[in-house]
Amino acid sequence: MNKKWILPTLYILFLMLPIYGLLSMSFKTTNEILGGFSFFPQQFTLVNYIKIFTDPTWYVGYINSLIYVVINTVISVSVALPAAYAFSRYRFLGDKHLFFWLLTNRMAPPAVFALPFFQLYSAIELFDTHLAVALAHCLFNIPLAVWILEGFMSGVPKELDETAYLDGYSFWRFFVRIFIPTIAAGIGVTMFFCFMYSWVELLLAKTLTSVSAKPIAAIMTRTASTSGYELGLLAAAGSLTLIPGAIVIYFVRNHIAKGFALGRV
Amino acid sequence: MRKSTNQKAWWLVAPVLLLVAFNAFIPLMTVVNYSLQETFGDNVFFWEGVSWFEKILRSERFHDSLLRQLLFTGMIIAIEVPLGIAVALSMPRKGPWVSVCLVLMALPLLIPWNVVGAMWNIFALPDIGLLGYSLNSMGFDYDFTQQPVSAWMTTVLMDVWHWTSLIVLLCYAGLCSIPDAYYQAARIDGASGWAVFRYIQLPKMKRVLTIAILLRFMDSFMIYTEPFVLTGGGPGNTTTFLSIDLVKIALGQFDLGPAAAMSLIYFLVVLLICWVFYTVMMRNEEQ
Amino acid sequence: MSRIEFKDVRHAYPSAAGQAPVYALKEISQVWEDGGAYALLGPSGCGKTTLLNIISGLLTPSEGSILFDDREVTQLPTTERHIAQVFQFPVVYDTMSVFDNLAFPLRNRGMPEPRVRERVTEIAAMLDLSDRLNQRAAGLTADGKQKISLGRGLVREDVNAILFDEPLTVIDPHLKWQLRSKLKELHQQIGVTMIYVTHDQVEALTFADQVVVMHDGAVVQVGNPIDLFNKPRHTFVGYFIGSPGMNVLPCKLENGQPVFANNLLSSGYPVDTDISGKLEIGIRPEFVSFCDDGIPVEIEKVEDLGRYQVVTVKHEAEQIKMLVGEDQSIPSISPQIQFDPASLRLYCDDWAVETPDA
Repeated sequence: MNKKWILPTLYILFLMLPIYGLLSMSFKTTNEILGGFSFFPQQFTLVNYIKIFTDPTWYVGYINSLIYVVINTVISVSVALPAAYAFSRYRFLGDKHLFFWLLTNRMAPPAVFALPFFQLYSAIELFDTHLAVALAHCLFNIPLAVWILEGFMSGVPKELDETAYLDGYSFWRFFVRIFIPTIAAGIGVTMFFCFMYSWVELLLAKTLTSVSAKPIAAIMTRTASTSGYELGLLAAAGSLTLIPGAIVIYFVRNHIAKGFALGRV
Repeated sequence: MRKSTNQKAWWLVAPVLLLVAFNAFIPLMTVVNYSLQETFGDNVFFWEGVSWFEKILRSERFHDSLLRQLLFTGMIIAIEVPLGIAVALSMPRKGPWVSVCLVLMALPLLIPWNVVGAMWNIFALPDIGLLGYSLNSMGFDYDFTQQPVSAWMTTVLMDVWHWTSLIVLLCYAGLCSIPDAYYQAARIDGASGWAVFRYIQLPKMKRVLTIAILLRFMDSFMIYTEPFVLTGGGPGNTTTFLSIDLVKIALGQFDLGPAAAMSLIYFLVVLLICWVFYTVMMRNEEQ
Repeated sequence: MSRIEFKDVRHAYPSAAGQAPVYALKEISQVWEDGGAYALLGPSGCGKTTLLNIISGLLTPSEGSILFDDREVTQLPTTERHIAQVFQFPVVYDTMSVFDNLAFPLRNRGMPEPRVRERVTEIAAMLDLSDRLNQRAAGLTADGKQKISLGRGLVREDVNAILFDEPLTVIDPHLKWQLRSKLKELHQQIGVTMIYVTHDQVEALTFADQVVVMHDGAVVQVGNPIDLFNKPRHTFVGYFIGSPGMNVLPCKLENGQPVFANNLLSSGYPVDTDISGKLEIGIRPEFVSFCDDGIPVEIEKVEDLGRYQVVTVKHEAEQIKMLVGEDQSIPSISPQIQFDPASLRLYCDDWAVETPDA
């Protein structure tokens, strides 16, 4: 059993190396980074982080991103739950095609779609709002949520539903009090992925915002292009983007690792 | 699962349909519109019909990009899927290390893609990056900015680093949802470790794996930011994947028509492959 | 086939460091005779599943030892104990056919294929699965899948005992009876030791020759269904068995006779006047009747169940249930009840005070 540790340990080490690189870069000045290779920061400095925490144009980016990502995750998951249940339990007209069509919304290269999206959201007067980005991200997050949730729901035998109905539960009461706890692992995973994909998406977020709702990823690209590569600052900003997602997965880790006990109504 | 027929299920699906279609329909129509027209800017359009499609399908540049893309996607799926499954299988199910593992594995997924590209750019630079420096000091002649092979290796490695955890997380969640009784019954039946994998774990992971593979296929086919920031599509055009090529055409040359047409062609290619894969995987489910 | 014995088995699940261990099983010493049909009866959380898992080897007890035919097997892994277990919900290998499912345990142990085919066909016939052998196991209904689970246990020729952990939980009610009868039939045919865990007394009492009643991690009484009904040795047994269960009422002792509500109840047997502790009497609703001069009560509720009625009456704070025949009338003016002395039992600290003839 002990041999099983080798693979995850090696894998995590592999993952951590570049992240360590990022972290150590964030504590160096740009000059030191470009000057040569150093495993530890020779001149440890917090100047990059100070800049981010004190300059509103920076930290506001994080807040904006957080706002629309949370809105989007909540919408996507809540809307996807009943739909995934329908796909998992029922046959209805066009069900298979609809299910596949959902996924096709993730299949087109996004570059050319930026302009039409800009026009659409300007037309409904949602340009430069958090809601716009949250809604636009539904395009790819809802299909993902439905697909992942449906996968988990199909692992729960229909006997569970039937037993509950026999016991007198109404549909919604069964759904909320029995079914949802049973697929808690799937919901945790889904929430994490919706959060993640929305958090890192750049093109639509940049296109649909200009000032009030500008996300952190867009601010970082601005830095990259205007003042050359301010690497230390970029590294610090990048390091900070890890934190919200890490918190999300920390909170849903129990859902992922718990699994569920079948049939315990 | 025996599904019952019930048309009222449409009510459960309606909100999803509304939200997604709202975002999908109009932009898609706009792009289709572009693909059939020619513009020289200033919002003046000339009807071109399907000539863009014909030109692209015949262009060598398109064929090259497509082949490069297929090779890239093939490579990363061949590496990431077995690796992801193996890691998911060997992760502990209970205990204090689970949280640590999950959080650490999720970190690469959370980095904005431009930062990923930039990180690996620095990481792989021969004189100042950890990877580049180490490889060169071990005697390898490594320079991803000049050598196509090094550039490819670095790009693939970056993608594996970035995205394998997606497969791990999905498979892990799928594995955790296998009730203990299955493992207990297998012990009682005297099943070997391989039999447990083949008859219990793999079948139960099938749906989750299908999603994971489809996701990786689609995302890698569309990949833009990371390789662009890492190599810029070079050296030359050796790592110019389809999205990079597309953006060059669309924004660089401001040729919305061909770009739109190319997008639609790529869309159809991805659609076709996904549809075949999905149908094959789900063939056994409905009886 | 073998005789299974538990010697001083106790089990505590691992608890957090620094906390006292919580014992799921307290001090069990029990013998399961070869070929017997046992039921382990008790409410959820009483330790039945723990006990079962200790027998099959899925769990190693923190203390004590288990013997199969006087051979120590406590440290022996599951595969070597030759035990079959059927779980609460059906475990089938979805990708395999019914035939392959049944053949799986045999093929894992290297049995030659012709013999495998023989065994599988034999067992499938016993379980009425013969016409479905080539179907994919995933396509069967819940009771079919449970039969497959059962079949995987029966198909092995070297099985010492078959353990059932609430196997009928997910089965449709009208199929439960069928499966139960099938199990009993199989037991009579094959004669292998069967231990059946359930919280449903009807299942336990109809399946088993001997019922082991468990409460809070301990075995409270072992006996055949009739003994459990008539002579419950613990208030829990009296309360749990029978529908409705036994009435348990506080009482006092006067001159060696139990007194309830200032009524001297002759228990029909002399009682040691020195006993102290929580004193209660137990009387089944079947043996409570109305009379002209007895304990005054108020009628709270009458439920008509067809051939009899369940009447809930109240004396001061105590609720008492009685069974009254369908054509017996219920007095409306100052009803009074009496207890049949022959069926009265006295309990001290929940355990029955032994009577000379018990």
